[in-house]
Amino acid sequence: MSVAEILSEPEVATRAPSLETLGMTKTFGQFTALDDVSIKVESGSFHALLGENGAGKSTLVKCIMGFYTAARGTVMLDGHEVDIHSPRDARDLGIGMVYQHFTLVPCLTAAENLVISRADAPSVIDWKTEIPKLEAFMDRMPFKVRLDVPVSALSAGEKQKLEILKLLYLEQRFLILDEPTSVLTPGEADEVLGLLGEMARRGEVTVLMISHKFREVKAFCDSFTVLRRGKLTGAGDAQAASVAEMSRMMIGDTEIRERAEREKRNESHAVLELAGLMAEDEEGRPAIDKVNLKVRAGEIVGIAGVSGNGQSALVEVLAGQRPLNDGRIFINEKPFEPKRSDFDRFKVFGLPEEPLKNAAVPRMSVAENMAFRAFDKPPMASLGWWLSPGPMRRKAQELIERYRVKTTSPDSPIEDLSGGNVQRAVLARELSGEVDVLIVANPCFGLDFASVAEIRSQIMEQRNRGAAVLLVSEDLDEVLELSDRVAVMSGGTISYVSPIEETDRNTIGRHMAGH
Amino acid sequence: MNHSELFIVLIAMIGGAIRVSTPFMFVALGETLTEKSGRINLGLEGNLVLGAMVAYAGSYTTGSAWLGVLMAGCSGLVLGAMHGYICKLPKVNDIAVGIAFMSFGTGLAFFFGKPYIQPLAPKLQAIPLGFWSSDPNIAQALQVNPLFFVGIALAIFMWWALANTRWGLIVRMTGDSAASARAMGVSVDLVRLLATAVGGFMAGVGGAFLSLYYPGSWNEGLSSGQGLMAVALVIFARWDPIKCVYAALLFGAAGALGPSLQSIGISQGYYFFNAAPYILTLFIMIASARSKSAAREVPGELSLAK
Repeated sequence: MSVAEILSEPEVATRAPSLETLGMTKTFGQFTALDDVSIKVESGSFHALLGENGAGKSTLVKCIMGFYTAARGTVMLDGHEVDIHSPRDARDLGIGMVYQHFTLVPCLTAAENLVISRADAPSVIDWKTEIPKLEAFMDRMPFKVRLDVPVSALSAGEKQKLEILKLLYLEQRFLILDEPTSVLTPGEADEVLGLLGEMARRGEVTVLMISHKFREVKAFCDSFTVLRRGKLTGAGDAQAASVAEMSRMMIGDTEIRERAEREKRNESHAVLELAGLMAEDEEGRPAIDKVNLKVRAGEIVGIAGVSGNGQSALVEVLAGQRPLNDGRIFINEKPFEPKRSDFDRFKVFGLPEEPLKNAAVPRMSVAENMAFRAFDKPPMASLGWWLSPGPMRRKAQELIERYRVKTTSPDSPIEDLSGGNVQRAVLARELSGEVDVLIVANPCFGLDFASVAEIRSQIMEQRNRGAAVLLVSEDLDEVLELSDRVAVMSGGTISYVSPIEETDRNTIGRHMAGH
Repeated sequence: MNHSELFIVLIAMIGGAIRVSTPFMFVALGETLTEKSGRINLGLEGNLVLGAMVAYAGSYTTGSAWLGVLMAGCSGLVLGAMHGYICKLPKVNDIAVGIAFMSFGTGLAFFFGKPYIQPLAPKLQAIPLGFWSSDPNIAQALQVNPLFFVGIALAIFMWWALANTRWGLIVRMTGDSAASARAMGVSVDLVRLLATAVGGFMAGVGGAFLSLYYPGSWNEGLSSGQGLMAVALVIFARWDPIKCVYAALLFGAAGALGPSLQSIGISQGYYFFNAAPYILTLFIMIASARSKSAAREVPGELSLAK
C-alpha cells in the first residue's frame, strides 16, 4: 500500500499512539546515563522532556528510537510491549524523530528526500506520478516547503519544517523532536509548535519534545517530564506547574554563584567601531554585508539572530579567522587589524563559539592553552623565544584555582576537559589581564545551569569594569538578559539596533525573520 | 601549414579524441560513481593497468577479445571491492589505500603480464563509420570501437539512474551525508563497497581498451598515468557523468595532438605536444581548486571536501 493510499484513509491515519517507558536503564561503562526512568506520554498529547545538558534526555529518546539498547526497561506503545532494536524498527512502528542536526541530504531536492526516505521507495522512480502525489500531500499539511529545490538552498527554518513533514509523510504518528526550535526565529517556532499542537489536539499525532525553553513549554505543551543526572525528578501538567517548580526539578539544589549586578553607567565614548564590514563565505557568496556597529565602553551590545545569518562570519572576521573583503575596524578611533600584535596593543579579547575548536589546541595541555596570550612575554619567555615552563605552569595553576577549572592537572590535554571547563579555561586566559574589548559568541551553548550563571556574571563583570562587550548569541534569552543594546543580524547585515529598554521579544523576533 | 594539412590535423585529432578518450571515459565514470558514494579511489590507475593485462591474457587464452574485456572488468571489480573493504575498517584513509592499490594493481599486472608481452592476442574490432568517405584520413579517423559507444551509453545511463532510481538516490545520499543515510537504515559501508567495486569494474574495462584496441598490445608502459588523470578529470567534470564524456573527449584530443602533428610531418616539439594531457591536467587542477562553484558541487562526504 502506498503512502498516498494510507493517507486517504483517515481512520487509520489519525490515530495517535500513546507511549510509555518502564524502568529504562542505560549504562556506558561505569557511567549510568539513565537510571530506572519511567515516563508516560498520553495519546494526542504534546509532552515536554526537560533537563539540563547531560541529564539523559537524548539517551532516553535514543533508547526509544533503537539507537541504543537499554540495559533494562521496556517501551510500551498503546499499552503493548514493543521490541525496538534499530531506528528502522521504530519507523515501522510509526515512531519518528527530528534530530538536532538535520538528516536531510543537502544535494537532493525536497521531493527526492521525501521519496527516498520511504521504506517502499520504488527502484525506478517515476517522477511524473510521484510529484503530483507529493503536491497533494503538501496541500493537506499545515506548513509547506518548496519541493523542487535542493535542500542545501533551503533556509534553516524550511529545513526544520521539511524534517517534520518527512515524519508525517512517513505516517509517523509519534513524533520526537530534539530541541526543534533552536534554528527557528521566535515567529517560526511559534508557528511550527502551534500547528503541531493543533494536530495533537485533533488526535492526529503525539509529540514528545526535548526542550529547555520554559516559555515554549508553557505556551504549547500539556504535560512534562524532568530528568536530572539520568534520574526522573518530576512530571506533571505543564499548564499547572510553575516555571520555578520545573526549574527546581531540573537543577536541583546546586549552588549558583550570584549574578553580577548591572551597574548603571553614564554615556561613554565608542570603543569598538565596525565600519562597513564585508566578507565572503567559502563559496564566494557574501557572508556579511556592510556591517556597521559601535560598542561603547562599559556596554554590552548583544547581536541576536537565527543561526546562519552571518554571526559566525562576523566573529571570525573579528578574530582574524576570515579575511575581510571591505570595511574597517576601529578601536578608540585607531584602525585595528585582527592580528596578534593588535590584539595585544588594543587589549582585545575573545571567547569564540566552540572554544575547543576556535580558541584552543585540543591536544596541548591546559597550561599551554592558558599561555597562548602570554607565552612569548616575560616571565614565561626570555628574549621572546626561550620559553620557561615553570612560570607557565604556575600561572596556569593560579588561573585554574581562580576560575574553578576542573582538571586533573595543568598538564593534561585540554580536550579531556568537559565543555564547561574548556569554556572556563579559555575565559580565564582571556579575562586574566586588562580588557578593553571583549568579543563573545554563544558563550553558554551546551553548558549546565551553574556554568551558565558563572560565565554570564563574568561577562557582566567585564562590562562593569568598563570593557566594550560584543555578545553574539543565538539564545535570545541570553541577549535579553545581558545586553544594554540589542542588534539583530539577518541576511548578513545588522537590520535593527535598539536600547534594551525600548524593545521587546516580539519586535526583535520580527527583525530576526527579516521583516 | 596549409588548409589541407590543417584539415588532416583536425580530422586526426577528432579520430584521436574518439580513440584516446575511451579509457579516460571508463575510468572517469567509475570514479564518478565511487566519489558520488563519498569515497575516493585513487587506485584506478592500478585497475586500468591490471585490466589491460588481464584483457590481453584473457583474449590470448580464450581467443575471444570480448571475453577478455569481461575478465578485465572482473579483475577491476575485485580490486575495487578490496579497496572498498579495506576502507571500511576503522581509521583507514581512502587516499592512502588508493595509492597503495595503484602500486599493487600495476605490480600485479607486471608480475603476471611478463609472458604476454610477446604473443599476439585477438583484438577488438572497430566499426568503420567512415565507409562513406573516400578520404583515407576520414575513414581512418572514423574507425570507432564499440566500447566508445558503450561508454557513452553508460554515461547516459548513470546520469539517468542517479536522478531516477532508488539506488541512484541512495548513492548520492551516502556521498553527501552519511549521517542521514545511516538514520534511514542504509548501510553506508556496503553502498560504498559496491560503488567502489562497480567503479573498479568500469576502470578494468577501460584497461581492456588499451591492450585490445589502442595502442593494442600489452606492455608495461601502456597506461602512463591515464588512470590518475581520469581522477582529476572527475573534478573537472563536477561529478556529472555527461560532463565526464566531454572532459574525456577533451583529454583525448589533447593526447592526439602530438601524433596528429607528426602525421603531417611536424615533429618539432613532439614530446612537448605529447605532454599536452599532463599539462592540461595541471591547469585543470589549478583552475578547479580556485573555483568556488566546484566546492558547492563536491559530494559532502569526500575527504577532499573536509
